[in-house]
Amino acid sequence: MNKFKKIVLNGIITENPTFRLVLGMCPTLAVTTAAVNGLGMGLATTFVLICSNLVISLIRNFVPDKVRIPAYIVVIATFVTMVDLFLKAFLPDLSESLGLFIPLIVVNCIIFARAEAFASKNPPLDSMLDGLGMGLGFTCALTIISCVRELLGSGCLFGVDLLGPSYPPALIFVLAPGGFITLGLVLAAVNKLLSLRRKKSEGVA
Amino acid sequence: MGDNLFIILLSSILVNNFVMNKFLGCCPFLGVSKKVSTAMGMGLAVTFVMGVASLVTYFIQVYLLDTLKLGYLQTIAFILVIAVLVQLVEMVIKRMSPSLYKALGVYLPLITTNCAVLGVTILNITEGYSLLGSVVNGIGSALGFTLAIVLFAGVRERLEDSKIPKAFQGFPSTLIAAGLMSMAFLGFQGLI
Repeated sequence: MNKFKKIVLNGIITENPTFRLVLGMCPTLAVTTAAVNGLGMGLATTFVLICSNLVISLIRNFVPDKVRIPAYIVVIATFVTMVDLFLKAFLPDLSESLGLFIPLIVVNCIIFARAEAFASKNPPLDSMLDGLGMGLGFTCALTIISCVRELLGSGCLFGVDLLGPSYPPALIFVLAPGGFITLGLVLAAVNKLLSLRRKKSEGVA
Repeated sequence: MGDNLFIILLSSILVNNFVMNKFLGCCPFLGVSKKVSTAMGMGLAVTFVMGVASLVTYFIQVYLLDTLKLGYLQTIAFILVIAVLVQLVEMVIKRMSPSLYKALGVYLPLITTNCAVLGVTILNITEGYSLLGSVVNGIGSALGFTLAIVLFAGVRERLEDSKIPKAFQGFPSTLIAAGLMSMAFLGFQGLI
C-alpha cells in the first residue's frame, strides 16, 4: 500500500512535472488564462497519461526497441483523439477555448517522458498510478498558475467576479507576456519554499 | 493573391509569432537557446521540416482524410507523417552533408516532439489556407520561431554573467526574460 502511495505522491510533489522537472511548458503557458481552462487541460492530460502509461506498460515486452517511439506515438495519439472527440461532444465550450492545444497533448513532453522513463520499465498497476500522480501534479500546477493569472488579469476566479468593479484588471496577465512572467514568479516561489523547507529539516536534524 | 501571401508571411513571422504569442515550441525555445549558434541550427532545421510538413499534410488532408471522411484520424495521421519526415530528413542530411548532421546532432530527432510542427499543420487546416498559403504559413511561422530563439539566445548569453537572487536562478529568470521579450513582440500587434 505504502509503495503505491509513494508513487502517486512522487508525481504530485517530489517530481512535480511542471515545477520540478519543467516539462510540458507549451500547454502550461498557453491555456492558463482562466482557472477553468487550466483545470480542464490538466484533467484531460491526466486521463491520457493514465491510459497511455497502462497500455505502454502492457505492451512493453512485445514491442521491439527500434520501433518503440512510433508505437508510443500511436498509443498516445489514440487516447488524445478520444479526449478530443469527448470534449467536442460533451463540453463544447471548454473544447473551443482549449482549441489547438487538445490535439497538441500528443506532443506534450510529460507523456513521452513518463512512457519512456517509467511505463516502459514497470508493471501496469504501478504505471497507472504514476500516470495518476504525474497528471494530478500537472493539474495542480496548471490550476495554481491559471488562478493567479485569472485573478490578476480579469479580477475573477472560475468566472466569478471576486475583486469587484473597483479593481482595474491588469490585462497583461492574460496576454502572452503574463504567462511567462507568472510562471517565472511561481517557479521562483516554489524554489524558495523548497530551500526553506530543506534548511528547516537540516536544522532539526 | 500575392498580397495575401505577403500578409500571411508577415503575420506568421512577427504579429502572431509562434513562441511569443501562441506558446508553440516553448520546449526547444527554453531548452536549446543557451547559445546563439545552436539556436540558429535548430531554427533552420525546424524551418525545413515545417515547410515540408505543411506541404505533405495538405495533400494528406485533402486527398486522404477528406475524400475518405477520416477527419477524426487527423492527429494520428499528422504526427506519424511528421515522425517519418524527421527520420527522412535525418537520413538525407546524414548522407548529403555529414558536417551539418554533426552540427545539428541531437536536435534533429527532437523536432518530432516540437509542438510547433504539429501545431502549424493543424492550424493550416483549421484556417483553411490553400496549398501555397499553407507552405508560406509553415515557413513563415518557422522563421518567426528562428527569430525568437536566436534573439533569446543572445539575451541568455548575457544573463549567464549577471547576479541573480538564488531562488530566481535558472528557469525563473529565463522565463521572466522571455516574458519581457514577448512584451516587446506585442508591439507588432497593430501592424496588420
